[in-house]
Amino acid sequence: MTVRRANNEPRWMRVLLLVVALGFLALFLGFPLVTVFYEALKKGVDAYLAGLADPEARSAILLTLGVAAAAIPFNIAFGVAAAWAIAKFDFRGKSLLITLIDLPFAVSPVVAGLLFVLIFGSQGWLGPWLAEHDIKIIFAIPGIVLATLFVTFPFVARELIPLMQAQGKDEEEAAVSLGASGWQMFWRVTVPNIKWGLLYGVILANARAMGEFGAVSVVSGHIRGETNTLPLHVEILYNEYQSVAAFASASILALLALVTLVAKTVVEWRMRKETEMLTADLPPEKTE
Amino acid sequence: MSRSSSHSVLPGFGLSLGYTLVYLSLLVLIPLAGLLAKSASLTLADIWAIATGPRALASFRVTFGASFIAACLNGFFGLIVAWVLVRYDFWGKRFIDALVDLPFALPTAVAGITLATLYAETGVIGEWFAKAGIKIAYTPLGIVVALTFIGLPFVVRTLQPVLEDIEPEVEEAAATLGASRWQTFRRVLFPAVFPALLTGFTLAFSRAIGEYGSVIFIAGNMPLISEITPLLIISKLEQYDFVGATALASVMLVISFVMLLAINLLQWWASNRHRSVPVKDAAALGGAQ
Repeated sequence: MTVRRANNEPRWMRVLLLVVALGFLALFLGFPLVTVFYEALKKGVDAYLAGLADPEARSAILLTLGVAAAAIPFNIAFGVAAAWAIAKFDFRGKSLLITLIDLPFAVSPVVAGLLFVLIFGSQGWLGPWLAEHDIKIIFAIPGIVLATLFVTFPFVARELIPLMQAQGKDEEEAAVSLGASGWQMFWRVTVPNIKWGLLYGVILANARAMGEFGAVSVVSGHIRGETNTLPLHVEILYNEYQSVAAFASASILALLALVTLVAKTVVEWRMRKETEMLTADLPPEKTE
Repeated sequence: MSRSSSHSVLPGFGLSLGYTLVYLSLLVLIPLAGLLAKSASLTLADIWAIATGPRALASFRVTFGASFIAACLNGFFGLIVAWVLVRYDFWGKRFIDALVDLPFALPTAVAGITLATLYAETGVIGEWFAKAGIKIAYTPLGIVVALTFIGLPFVVRTLQPVLEDIEPEVEEAAATLGASRWQTFRRVLFPAVFPALLTGFTLAFSRAIGEYGSVIFIAGNMPLISEITPLLIISKLEQYDFVGATALASVMLVISFVMLLAINLLQWWASNRHRSVPVKDAAALGGAQ
C-alpha cells in the first residue's frame, strides 16, 4: 500500500483531470494541426506541389516574406529605444507610456486596418493629396506594411522592458564611468545582455507579421499577384473551393507556426539558463 | 527641459524617449485620434442610431455572447490544463506545454479554414456532433469554437506561473488541519489563483471580441444570426459606408479601451495581492477556518 501524500489528489481524480485536459487540447489544438497537413496532402504530393507552384502562390509567399522583413527592423528599433528609456530612466508618465505601448493589442485587427483607410484611403484625410501626387498607400504594399507595423507594435518592447528593468543599470554605468562612449556601451554591454529577449520578441513579431489577416485584409484590396499576402491567398483559394491548394498554402504558414514554437521554446530555455546564472551571482533583492 | 533623470550618467535618454514618442504617435496615437475625430463629426444620436440598428445590435449580441461563452470554456478547461501541466508528470509533457502556444503562432486564417473543415457536418469532429443533431460549423456555435481556440493560451499562460509559485507547505498545512483535498482546493488554492484566472479570462475575452480571421470561415456569416461586429464593419466599408464603419469601429474602440483598463486593474490587483499577503499566510487562515 502506498502512502497518499497530502498534496496529491486521489489517483482516479488525477487520471480524470489528465484525460479532460488532454482531450480538450486534442480537440482544439491537436486535430487542427494534423488536419492542415492531412487536407494539403489528401490528393497526393503532386497536387500539393502544384498548389504551391502556382505563380500567385509564389508572389504571395514573396510578398509575405518582404512585408515581414520590412516590418521587423522598425520593431527592433522601437522596442530597444522604448525599453532603454523606460527601464534605465525615471520620468513622469512612465506607466501611462507602458499602457499606450500595449494599446495595439487591444484594438481589433479590422479596426486597425480601418484606421489607415481613414487616413490614406481615397476618402481619407490625405486621400486627395496622395491621389494628386500619384502615391498609392491603401490597396498597395505601403498600406500592408503600415497595418503590419501597427499589429506587431508591442511585441519587442513588451519583452525587453521587464528584462532590462530586471537587469538594472549597474553594468552600463560601469562601462560609461570606465570611459566607454554611448554606442560602445550599447553594443558591448547592452546588446549582449538583451540578445535573447530581443530575439524572443522578434520571433513573436515575425509570426504575427507573416500571419496577420484582418488588418491586412482591410488595406490590401486583394489584388492577385500584387497585394495578396499568403493568408489572403489562402482565403481566396478556400472560398473558390480549391481545398487542396488552400491547405497547401496554409501548410506553409502552419510550418512557420511550428518553427516559431520550436524557436520560442529554445530561446525560453536559454533565457532561463541565463537568469539562473545571473541570480546565482547577484543578491536576490536585485530583481525588482 | 527639466529631466528627473538628470542625475543619471547613462546617455541616450532624450534620443530613445523622443524616438519612442514620435513613433508611437505617428503609428498608433494619431491614427486612433483620427478615427475618434472622424466619429466626432457625427452627433452622439447618429452613432447611437447606427450602433442600435437591428443588424448592429445582433452583431454585438453574437460577438459578446460567443466571446463570453468561449472565455468561460477557456477559464474552466484552462485551469485544468494549467493544473495538469504544473502538477503532473506524463510522457510528452514538454511537447504539449509548447503546443499550448499554437493559437498565438498559427495564422488566424489557417485556424479558420481548419476548424471549419473539422467541425463541419462532414468533418472528423463535426460528424460526431451531427449524429447527436448538433450543427457546429456555420452556426453561432462555430464562432464559439473559433474563439475558444484563439483564447486558449491566455488563461493557461496566466495561471501557470501562479500555480508554480504556490508553496507545497500551504497545502500540507491545510491537510494537517484536517481539510479534505476538495476543501483545500476550494478554500486555499482557488482563492490564490482567482485573480490570475480572472485576468486570463479577461485577456481571452478581449482578444475574442476583436477577432476576425479565424471566425469568418466557420461562422456562416448570416446577418442577424452569425455575423460578428468586425465583419459588419468590413461589409460597411465594402459598400463605401465610411460613416457606418467609423461609428461601429469607434464603439469597438471604446470597449477595447475599457477592457484594457480592466486588465491593467486586474493585473495590479493580482500582483499586489500576491505580494502584500504572502500566499502562505492567506492560505493558512483559509485552512484554519
